[in-house]
Amino acid sequence: MTREDAAYVARLARIDLTADELDLYAGQLAAVLDHAAQVAAVDTSGVAPTAHPIPLSNVLRPDEPRGSLDRGEVLAQAPAVEDGRFRVPRIMGEAP
Amino acid sequence: MSPAGWEAVIGLEVHCELLTATKLFCGCRNAFGDEPNTNVCPVCLGLPGSLPVLNERAVEFAMRIGTALNCEIRPSVFHRKNYFYPDMPKDYQISQYDEPINVDGWLELPDSTRVGIVRAHIEEDTGKTTHVGGGGRIHDAAHALVDYNRAGVPLVEIVSAPDIRSADQARLYAAELRAILVASGASDGRMEEGSMRVDANVSVRRYGSDEMGTRCEVKNLNSLRSLGRAIEHEIGRQVAVVESGGAVAQQTRHWDEAKGVTVALRSKEEAFDYRYFPEPDLVPLAPDRSFRQRAVAGMGPMPAERRRRLVALLAGEVSASGLDQVATVVELDLDGLVAAAIEAGIGPALALARTANEAAADAEGTRHLDPGAYVKWLRMENDGILSATQAKAVLAELLDRGGDPAEIAAAKGFEAMAEDSLVAVVGEVVTRSPAEWERYCQGDEKLAQFFIGQVMKATRGKASGKAVVAELKRLSAGA
Amino acid sequence: MSLSGVSATALSLATDVRSGTIKATEVIDAHLAAIAALDGELNAFVHVLDGAAREAAVAVDRRVEAGEDPGPLAGVPVAVKDNLCLRGAPTTCGSRILEGWSPPYSATVLERLVDAGAILVGKTNMDEFAMGSSTETSVYGPTRNPHDLSRVPGGSSGGSAAAVAAGLAPLALGSDTGGSIRQPAAFCGVVGVKPTYGTVSRFGLVAFASSLDQIGPFARNVADAALLFDVIAGHDPLDSTSLDRPLVQVGPCLADGVAGMRVGVLAELVDGVDADVAARVHEAAEALAAAGAIVEELSVPEVRYGLPAYYLIAPAEASSNLSRYDGVRYGLRVEASDVAAMNSATRAAGFGPEVKRRIMLGTYALSAGYYEAYYGQAMKVRTVIVDAFAAAYRGVDVLLGATTPTTAFPIGAKTGDPLSMYLSDVCTIPTNLAGHAAMSVPFGTGAGGLPVGVQVLAPALGELQMFRVASVLEAAAPPTPAPSPPPQGSGGGVR
Repeated sequence: MTREDAAYVARLARIDLTADELDLYAGQLAAVLDHAAQVAAVDTSGVAPTAHPIPLSNVLRPDEPRGSLDRGEVLAQAPAVEDGRFRVPRIMGEAP
Repeated sequence: MSPAGWEAVIGLEVHCELLTATKLFCGCRNAFGDEPNTNVCPVCLGLPGSLPVLNERAVEFAMRIGTALNCEIRPSVFHRKNYFYPDMPKDYQISQYDEPINVDGWLELPDSTRVGIVRAHIEEDTGKTTHVGGGGRIHDAAHALVDYNRAGVPLVEIVSAPDIRSADQARLYAAELRAILVASGASDGRMEEGSMRVDANVSVRRYGSDEMGTRCEVKNLNSLRSLGRAIEHEIGRQVAVVESGGAVAQQTRHWDEAKGVTVALRSKEEAFDYRYFPEPDLVPLAPDRSFRQRAVAGMGPMPAERRRRLVALLAGEVSASGLDQVATVVELDLDGLVAAAIEAGIGPALALARTANEAAADAEGTRHLDPGAYVKWLRMENDGILSATQAKAVLAELLDRGGDPAEIAAAKGFEAMAEDSLVAVVGEVVTRSPAEWERYCQGDEKLAQFFIGQVMKATRGKASGKAVVAELKRLSAGA
Repeated sequence: MSLSGVSATALSLATDVRSGTIKATEVIDAHLAAIAALDGELNAFVHVLDGAAREAAVAVDRRVEAGEDPGPLAGVPVAVKDNLCLRGAPTTCGSRILEGWSPPYSATVLERLVDAGAILVGKTNMDEFAMGSSTETSVYGPTRNPHDLSRVPGGSSGGSAAAVAAGLAPLALGSDTGGSIRQPAAFCGVVGVKPTYGTVSRFGLVAFASSLDQIGPFARNVADAALLFDVIAGHDPLDSTSLDRPLVQVGPCLADGVAGMRVGVLAELVDGVDADVAARVHEAAEALAAAGAIVEELSVPEVRYGLPAYYLIAPAEASSNLSRYDGVRYGLRVEASDVAAMNSATRAAGFGPEVKRRIMLGTYALSAGYYEAYYGQAMKVRTVIVDAFAAAYRGVDVLLGATTPTTAFPIGAKTGDPLSMYLSDVCTIPTNLAGHAAMSVPFGTGAGGLPVGVQVLAPALGELQMFRVASVLEAAAPPTPAPSPPPQGSGGGVR
């Protein structure tokens, strides 16, 4: 992982990092990735990926209402509230 | 129409909210218009530790849509689509990615053109953001407020193939899709309330070329009208760019309804890296035969099939305007009444025309009428008991207050004229206008309208046009 | 220096409370006193629920007096890891980003505990968001090992392990994503169980890596661990990955022995570990053979790929699971001029270095251009490991190995070198990748008199045979040094 890679993923993951932190993490993560790259040595041709350790399927719930939370309790945890809603600083881009 | 020498290539992405009682992954109510942040729980607020559990009814609705769109229903997997946005409580959206539930279908437009359906997958909706200050415009706003009532509402996203070639066709596609969604029972298809949302991918190319131009995605299309206008404008804009020697930039563009233009939002250089991966908190979906059958049980025929059935009932050549009327009654879910009337012996043309015009003007009211009363009403005009004008007045009253069409007609004094008095009136009118009568007898049938008008005037609208024509024919045959 | 509080077992306390021999209030008071006396040194708890615990104990006593049975854990204090949501109580995951957050709901597993009569005594310290093997990355500072205060208790559930080892609670809950129950259990000389994936509901467990996380018990003996396991296991409709199938209670089968059971000593979990630890594993195997088990050595070379696969899969899932800490709805917010800047500043201030590293690593493994080589390949390697275990379990009922390559290491020894820290999970990670069950049982000591854990691994839903083996090992184990003597005044009438 290069310093540029580290800067890119930090931006994607929305974490502000200082120049020193970028240097430190890029080095540490490069070492970890070197180790992790051992997975490449395994012959996985024709092997299906495992996303779930215990295979299940079709876990569904009936379309029946359950109680919602009390709005006061929900908003009491919020850093900023206005008019029954969560208040955030201005948004610079549209949702994708 | 595209500018001369140019062809548009259009694909539509339609998000529709499903008519479930609860959200996709939790038991909060799926309701529009409630007080902000009242239909929320740990799951749809994305609180730490919460886990999603899939709503069975949402899956059934998705399979209904897939069936209605002639898709293959397949085993599917949910993925996480990762990006930060404050209206998304987990900062990832649970969606279906490379293994969607419905693939490879098609939709038939009223003119029998088929538009391919690439996929129709299940995903969750986001919350609703309101931009405050700066006139509500996103970049000028001072801050924003978020309501998560809509977060987690079940959606099906229907992606068409780029088979659409004009703004008109795009509108027809969206209208047809809406009718299909409504007919399937899966969605109410209300664009104004945002329960059906349309984005358009538009590109242009020289006519005859089979290359694909650079496409732009047009958003904020809140009605069929704005969909048509926005695509029309976007086609013109792209052609102008290329014709002036420029290149179309791949962009997301926003339709500004007031100004009638599309505006660039962001360029794709800042493309998002969504880091899709299988949602570990949900397990794969593999609906078996019985689940699929249960889902579509009770689902009626789709609009295209209903149009075909109605055309067959009309027996014989159907004019272009007749086909439009067929499309209208099917779209408004009034085709059942037309079919009932035809089966009861009402003239097909009359049944179709009255339903597509007078009844369609209040489709909601008509759908609530007793079909027996509706057929009885049509029969009175069909049999010459009521004139067209009288029939319309009776329908208005019927829709307004209900009741029995014959009693309404009687109360209005629309007694059918006795045959002998009609004969007398027609005879009088014919005598008063010998020149016109001469021309009519020589075969100028247009003059029938003239005589009908005269008879109507004399009877204050009580006569039936049909009966007048019959009497005219009888008289001229004997002349 | 070493420490210990109350020594009574959960089973005896529950029996005595249910019979009215002892009051739940006495039990909780003794434990609260031990916490007050000892936790200043240990730092096992981040939040002690003194008020609520006393109230709950009073309620249990009332039920006993009214002739009711409060349940199998009547009056038993249970410490719970701070990544389990408890309605109205702080739940921080050892992170600044959740400072001040109290969930409006409780984890299923905690509701099951309360329904069984247990008393929730406090939230225990942990590596931030369970990312760590030493309980040093918590914003509340490190927890210390009761056997040697200069050493780590292991992690990430180090607070729970230390609390049980020191007698601050007879039982505790932890979570195990790559060894976070078994490794601290081994370091602290207690029993720690990682159940089969899907056996214990994850609803209300703050996620680290969803396809690997599993909640499990800590106890000072196998019977107590079984008691707690039997209460928390079971289907939960709120967790889609919860197994909906009948579970056998393990408690009644503990004395069934291992005669005729086939035990494989797993070479990959013995070769390469410290000699003192390896020696205990071999002694444990001999003890099982002596009890009638058929013991063989076997090798599953694929498990060596567990660690590299894990360090792609777990951070990838974590990077997504931790996105929600964005300063919008709860927890910390660092104000900024626009929402993206606010997110970034909040996350920079709220997460510690280890969490940042793992989020970055996981983001990278999932990002465009790297997915196939890293995350995609790791998921396939996971299949290879699952298949290799399945083949091994065709020949044996359980596997045996070390829980950890070393005994507890000194505080600060590995904090500067993430990879060396990650390597301390090498013996425990394969089980999580396979979704199987495994537990660590104290078995004597290693260098410096520090506890050694022997690991019993079983296939999915193999808890019954796993507990039976553990029970035999416990009976055969050289005495584990109790962190003793208890300081004066602690413990009261309850020892």
